[in-house]
Amino acid sequence: MNYRIGIDVGGTNTDAVILDDQFHLLAKQKSHTSQDIEAGIRNSLHQVLEESQIDRDQITHVMLGTTQCTNAIVERKRLSTVGVIRLAYPATMSVVPYTAWPEDLKEVLSGQYKVIHGGYEFNGEVLSEINESEIRDLLHSWKGKIDTVAVIGVFSSLKDDQEKQVETIVHQELGEQIPVSLSCEIGSLGLIERENATILNSALFGVIKTTAQGFEHALIAEGIHHAQIYLCQNDGTLMSLSFARKFPIFTIACGPTNSIRGASYLSKLQNAVVLDVGGTTSDIGVINKGFPRQSSTAVEIGGIRTNFRMPDIISIGLGGGSIIRKTDKGYTIGPDSVGYQITEKAKVFGGNTLTTTDIAVRLGKAEVGNQQFIADLPIEDAEQIYKQVGSTVAAAIDRMKNSAEEIQVILVGGGSIVVPSKIDGVSKIIRDENGDVANAIGACISQVSGQYEKIYIYDEIQREDAMQDAKYHAVNQAIKAGAQKESIQTVDVEEVPLAYYPGNANRIRIKVVGDLS
Amino acid sequence: MRFINEQAIQDIATGASLLGAGGGGDPYIGKLMALSAVEKYGPVQLLDVTEVPDDALTIASSMMGAPSVFVEKFPRGDEYEQLFAKLRCFLGQDIFATYPIEAGGINSMIPIAVAARLGLPMVDCDSMGRAFPELQMSTFSIYGIEATPLAITDEKGNVGILDTISNSWTEKIARAMTVQMGATSSMCIFPIKGRDLKKTCVKKIVTYSENIGKTIRELSKKKGVTIQTLLDVTGGHHILSGKVTDVSRITKGGFNYGKTIIEGIDDDKNKQAEILFQNENIALKRNGEVVATAPDLICLVDFETLTPMTNEGLKYGKRVHIIGLPCDPQWRTQKGIELVGPRYFGYDLDYVPIEKLCKKGAHE
Repeated sequence: MNYRIGIDVGGTNTDAVILDDQFHLLAKQKSHTSQDIEAGIRNSLHQVLEESQIDRDQITHVMLGTTQCTNAIVERKRLSTVGVIRLAYPATMSVVPYTAWPEDLKEVLSGQYKVIHGGYEFNGEVLSEINESEIRDLLHSWKGKIDTVAVIGVFSSLKDDQEKQVETIVHQELGEQIPVSLSCEIGSLGLIERENATILNSALFGVIKTTAQGFEHALIAEGIHHAQIYLCQNDGTLMSLSFARKFPIFTIACGPTNSIRGASYLSKLQNAVVLDVGGTTSDIGVINKGFPRQSSTAVEIGGIRTNFRMPDIISIGLGGGSIIRKTDKGYTIGPDSVGYQITEKAKVFGGNTLTTTDIAVRLGKAEVGNQQFIADLPIEDAEQIYKQVGSTVAAAIDRMKNSAEEIQVILVGGGSIVVPSKIDGVSKIIRDENGDVANAIGACISQVSGQYEKIYIYDEIQREDAMQDAKYHAVNQAIKAGAQKESIQTVDVEEVPLAYYPGNANRIRIKVVGDLS
Repeated sequence: MRFINEQAIQDIATGASLLGAGGGGDPYIGKLMALSAVEKYGPVQLLDVTEVPDDALTIASSMMGAPSVFVEKFPRGDEYEQLFAKLRCFLGQDIFATYPIEAGGINSMIPIAVAARLGLPMVDCDSMGRAFPELQMSTFSIYGIEATPLAITDEKGNVGILDTISNSWTEKIARAMTVQMGATSSMCIFPIKGRDLKKTCVKKIVTYSENIGKTIRELSKKKGVTIQTLLDVTGGHHILSGKVTDVSRITKGGFNYGKTIIEGIDDDKNKQAEILFQNENIALKRNGEVVATAPDLICLVDFETLTPMTNEGLKYGKRVHIIGLPCDPQWRTQKGIELVGPRYFGYDLDYVPIEKLCKKGAHE
């Protein structure tokens, strides 16, 4: 028998699970996320291994979903210094790199940038040619002052040649060991947002390196020597440690993604809404063909506007510990919460604060704490509040739907007992006894992906042939990442006609996923 | 006279997205340009139109092109120095101040950046009182004031001076040049004397925009926000509060055409609204009956935060208030309606001022 371990580090909890090769859950472990995340991971790993008593030599895969990159940005700690090269001159000088960034974050990254010749027009023509000696001079002046480089070219999401040339020159001048982020590999249209995401990616190179090393050491310390190690990405797929070292930003928001994927796996549903109820807030996401729907608008990370792919999630201020107050107009629910102190402060646990959990207990929907402590709350009032919780959830779910049709909702998370079983616009609510560790399960069952993107001129190549070609390259990518060939399937095809581009040009992007071999 | 500082720019940008009436382009890049310029060169003087001497020459600073290109390639910043210099030579007169051609979208921000950089004042007026898709849709056109001589440039340094026979020709030729310049251009347009500006502009629109932004900023922080405060500030009418149930879009000839369906909620339950848009919102029906058309402004704001919504960001389930804002009275003349009324946009509808249509609705 082979085994795999999934670990998910969230804001509040670090969860770990062990599955066998048929994906049966053998052991689960939930603990508070400690200040020292690495120690927390080691601890969870140790406990879940103790509980399961499996042979460590039979562990083949270990997956980690972690918030370390997000934390580093929010706390401005352990970040690398970045030299930012924008290929655009003379265009775009009116808004230079780092505009509208928080001053302290800019300082931590050293704030070094230069806008130099380069870039493309909307139709793929050259905006201005890159100038090699200009680039070499710039890199000379940065020697010893920066840890990493970020390269961003105007319209590089259409044409990436210049960015790749600059990468080669950086390695020649500063050495192969200097990591470089190219914006064409990170974000989409929107120069400022893509630039911001690319800078953040470069800033995280140091963090991801220590995270990866720490995890490797933890596994060795637990006697796991033969497992392949993966980090979770925010699109629900895995990356090898060497890939992760190049794209640390893709780990951001992998937690909600893992919850959604885990919920989908537990419920066996490929299309549904996932409601993950925590102690203070609830996250709502959409699962589409087994993967989380991606956000189509600009996303802020640590106060910085970016546009790289992120799961489309909304959060509402409703959780198991949400505080309920009486006003002259009726009851209000949240958005503040007693949080992890629920076992001291909630009424059913002998506290003085009325929470959503108390309501569920009062109405006999949940059995935690002592029901006697909440008996003084009139049953009509409890029912009214319960209904209010239902309509808050219904409104939030409705915002995430694509159409007016009723939809199935998968309910997971520790606070899920406070949600009524009948909600407007919802055909069915699915709960699972292991919903509390859906995120770690999501990490564990993740697949690997391959992606390919290219502009095809349909006057020169037939559409079907172009699609075949793109798919061929994407499949090869997936196999390289460790996918089993037979299991590979296409999950996303994007075809964008480039209206201004000559020769009936279209940009095709194909993404495939497959099971780990 | 007063000064525009960083907070004012933030507020004007929010107001400008409301006055975009669903279109106008996201003012975000323009806002960053204005903020960068003010940080470097200091705050901008805002003049009331009455403070502009009769013989002084003023010129609008604006950008033309595809919003999807603006987000990727934006100006160097010093284009307008060159444009102002060329036009000064051509016209043989110094330029006293600049002003926005339109108060909605990205063009609300360009003149702030220009004024800061050139050390010129900006006039508290525009020529639309909102955003419109074509440059001849200006109150100046009502009075036969010409858009040219104008100066147009790209970030590469190519400069053109145009002298055309009509404002519609200016639109056509400038649009063609813009495509060659890489789908975006910077221009100085509508040179106009203080005397004429006072008679033909939309007055105090920058202040109006700022007040809208300030109101939305303050309301977003409070609980139990009501839409009434925003209506009081804008002189607008509440049309319906509801949920977007369908958005259909097609792109044709460089414009986004489409239709938004909104189902009423709370007090508006069982009512339905249908909005027809061409970049901007053009016509609005409530329960099948027309309640607003261009040139009046049909605007959507977020149900909770009152943040203005553009048509690009709309999708199923979004909760919004629909409000209607009366346009500048100059648009309600025969000439004005010919230029920007519902028929110009291809809808066989008579223009009736929003306050009359809304009143009629209230008596139903």
